[in-house]
Amino acid sequence: MRIELQKRPTPSALYAVLSPFIALGLTLIAGAIMFTILGKNPLDALYSFFIEPLTEVWSIHELTVKAAPLILIAVGLSVCYRSNNWNIGAEGQFIVGGILGSLVPILLPGFQNWLTLPLMLVLGMAGGAAWGAIPAFLKTRFNTNEILVSLMLVYTAQLFLDWLARGVLRDPNGNNFPGSIRFPSAAQLPEIMPSQGSAHYGILLAIIAAVIIWFMLRFTLNGFQVRVLGANPRAGRFAGFSQTRMTFFAFLLSGGLAGLAGIAEVSGAIGQLRETISPGYGFTAIIVAFLGRLSPLGAIAAGFMLALTYLGGEAAQMTLGVSDKVGRVFQGLLLFFVLGCDTLINYQVRLVLRKAAPAAGGQG
Amino acid sequence: MQNQRTETPLLETRGLTKIFGSLRACDGIDLAIAPGEIHALLGENGAGKSTLVKMLFGVLDPSAGEILWKGKPVRIGSPGEARATGVGMVFQHFSLFEALTVAENIALALDGKVAIDRISEEARRLSLEYGLPLDPSAHVADLSVGERQRIEIVRSLLQNPELIILDEPTSVLTPQEADKLFETLAKLKAEGRSVLYISHRLEEVQRICDRATVLRHGKVTGACDPRQETPSSLARMMVGGEVAEISGAGLGEPGEVLVEVRKLSAPARTPFAVALRDVDLTVRAGEVIAIAGVAGNGQSELFDVLSGEVTVSDADSLRIADVPAGRLGITARRLMGCSFVPEERHGHAAVPNMNLSGNLVLSRYASDREAFLTGGWLGLISSGPVAAATKRISAAMDVRKSLEDPPAGSLSGGNLQKFIVGRELDRQPRVLVVNQPTWGVDAGAASRIRQALVDLAKSGSAVIVISQDLDEVFEIASSISVINEGQLSKPEPASGMTRERIGLLMGGFHDGTGHGTETAEAAHAN
Repeated sequence: MRIELQKRPTPSALYAVLSPFIALGLTLIAGAIMFTILGKNPLDALYSFFIEPLTEVWSIHELTVKAAPLILIAVGLSVCYRSNNWNIGAEGQFIVGGILGSLVPILLPGFQNWLTLPLMLVLGMAGGAAWGAIPAFLKTRFNTNEILVSLMLVYTAQLFLDWLARGVLRDPNGNNFPGSIRFPSAAQLPEIMPSQGSAHYGILLAIIAAVIIWFMLRFTLNGFQVRVLGANPRAGRFAGFSQTRMTFFAFLLSGGLAGLAGIAEVSGAIGQLRETISPGYGFTAIIVAFLGRLSPLGAIAAGFMLALTYLGGEAAQMTLGVSDKVGRVFQGLLLFFVLGCDTLINYQVRLVLRKAAPAAGGQG
Repeated sequence: MQNQRTETPLLETRGLTKIFGSLRACDGIDLAIAPGEIHALLGENGAGKSTLVKMLFGVLDPSAGEILWKGKPVRIGSPGEARATGVGMVFQHFSLFEALTVAENIALALDGKVAIDRISEEARRLSLEYGLPLDPSAHVADLSVGERQRIEIVRSLLQNPELIILDEPTSVLTPQEADKLFETLAKLKAEGRSVLYISHRLEEVQRICDRATVLRHGKVTGACDPRQETPSSLARMMVGGEVAEISGAGLGEPGEVLVEVRKLSAPARTPFAVALRDVDLTVRAGEVIAIAGVAGNGQSELFDVLSGEVTVSDADSLRIADVPAGRLGITARRLMGCSFVPEERHGHAAVPNMNLSGNLVLSRYASDREAFLTGGWLGLISSGPVAAATKRISAAMDVRKSLEDPPAGSLSGGNLQKFIVGRELDRQPRVLVVNQPTWGVDAGAASRIRQALVDLAKSGSAVIVISQDLDEVFEIASSISVINEGQLSKPEPASGMTRERIGLLMGGFHDGTGHGTETAEAAHAN
């Protein structure tokens, strides 16, 4: 006996819309089972994981802080994946963006005016884009696999940041703790409502980026190119679109947005360059992109959802006494169910019992 | 139904109906296929042939009606069940993996684990027995369309079916290859197997089929013995009116040279491609040049080079309107007034999951920039003018569709092809290059497309038609050239060409004499 996936002749339009919600429901059920096995009351656990963080103002602020980088990165990745370019290294582009943007306040501490922050943001984007350009260049020039190259560059970026934060960029007055000087206020992305919580303007950048990219994909020739080349490279060539240009465009855009997310995180949420600046936003954003159906607007909703798993993990650690890795487990479950649901929309599962041997004879 | 036999039909349908939304794609179809019979299923694209066949092969569930196998009602829920029942199918669009060998492709379609050697052996035996020469260890990418079709046939024969369904099998074959196929079918028939033969080539149907069922708009409009009919009476049943004859007459004196190819060579880009060698070709305004040839002799490579999807290093080897164009890309060539229609509709000429208006933008965004784009550097696609043009093209080419702007992939082959050709004609190109304009297209659509190509030439454009369909070639060409292993024969006026001579040129006899008796005979037989 074996299991077969058989393509459905006509995928259900209804389930295509419902798919993310079904995936969410299945994730909750699986989560409940997991908490039960851990010996916790599943309803209480799910409540403290998913609902409690939404009951207080300060934690809703926290939610936007976590959602901002996820949305920014996922918007870029949506374009990238739609054009059939597989950038798995947003985490690295995020880090390099954070580093490059931080050079302004660290190396030029005296340069403090209204230009400081915009310059940092632009440098952050440039850094992320440059890091993203490496796999694009290697793919188009030498036909290397962009998944591997972009992924490996994440580790390069992480170690480079670690070296900088402990070495040349370390705060000389920081008692030998790793980390740069704290940024002056002109170099910090301001909080939106400082009296209430920590939400900074990164979330605004994220939503603006999502709307612009959505518009680009939906209404412009450039977006049309993304869709054509992603669906059908040969038809794209017939149209006269350049695959090489598209690869660069996708990587520069997604890298640039990841870099922007990086510098927004450093200058908004952290306030200094540390040896680690990301709890895996670049990877989690991959889930966000798919949960949002590779649509920039979908990424906004999905970004908040995944941000909740970060908060829920912390909450679970505090109130339930389980590891905050539970958050990671939920992220994995969610991706698993999203991809599973998407597959089952297009394919049906069939159990094939051993059948009569065909003419060619079939033992073995 | 004069020769109604008393034995129970192998397969029978009673009132078989399939409804998609408000469309009755098949409406109460009664069909009976006797054992050992070659049964033709005739009909225009959109007549419901594919839907009917998909129900018989378990791809679609009928909305009403029943299917009887040897007199007993059966439910065929999937292709696997169809195969288990004894129905085999050779699709019009092949489902083969190019990078795998013939034997591996066959193995993939079989249930259970069978050693690849045994499959090779079995495939070799079957292919010899049925006159379908095939090397099991060859890579599919190396094979011509005709050979790929043989794989599909052998693959279905391995399942030992009692009924084999063939969907437009000869649309891609040379006369000689088609003759081979007919021998195979005769052999299958002699063994008592039945064949359901879907075609739009009336001569063929008359030649090999015992009975015919004709569909129009989802209903049976005729059941007859095709040998008692004339091609035009069959065509009437199919189309519901007389098929327009193409009038090639009126092609005036050729004008200025619009395309000049001189000593154009292009190396093979993959191990599976054909290199072009010293191609010479001159096409003038008002001419239709047809390039005949067997599939896989460099047609698509020639098309790619002419279209600019692949450029050549020597700019002068291709001149368009006296401008060196060998190194210009497809967009630049379009801007010079050229239009192109590639062979493959799905995924080359059109993006299947994109709607028609998107597919219009696909090839016209540069040439019609002013009409279709606004917003300057933003490049906004203006949906109004694009929708209007889509409508205009659909009306001009009689594209039949259920929605205003459906996804290209939901149209039947003929209707999509009409749209794709119409998309290019709509801009009145100075030069049109088209590869296999009517393959897999029904008689009505094909005649419309051919007439449009001739009309374009009459209006003073240069038309290059690459085609394997000799009827088509003779119908529309003013000059004919033959491509063989990447070489092009010197174009000759169509009036002086014979099928025999083309057959010889296809076989590589470049002086057109040669001793290719077998080839010559086969060409005669047509």
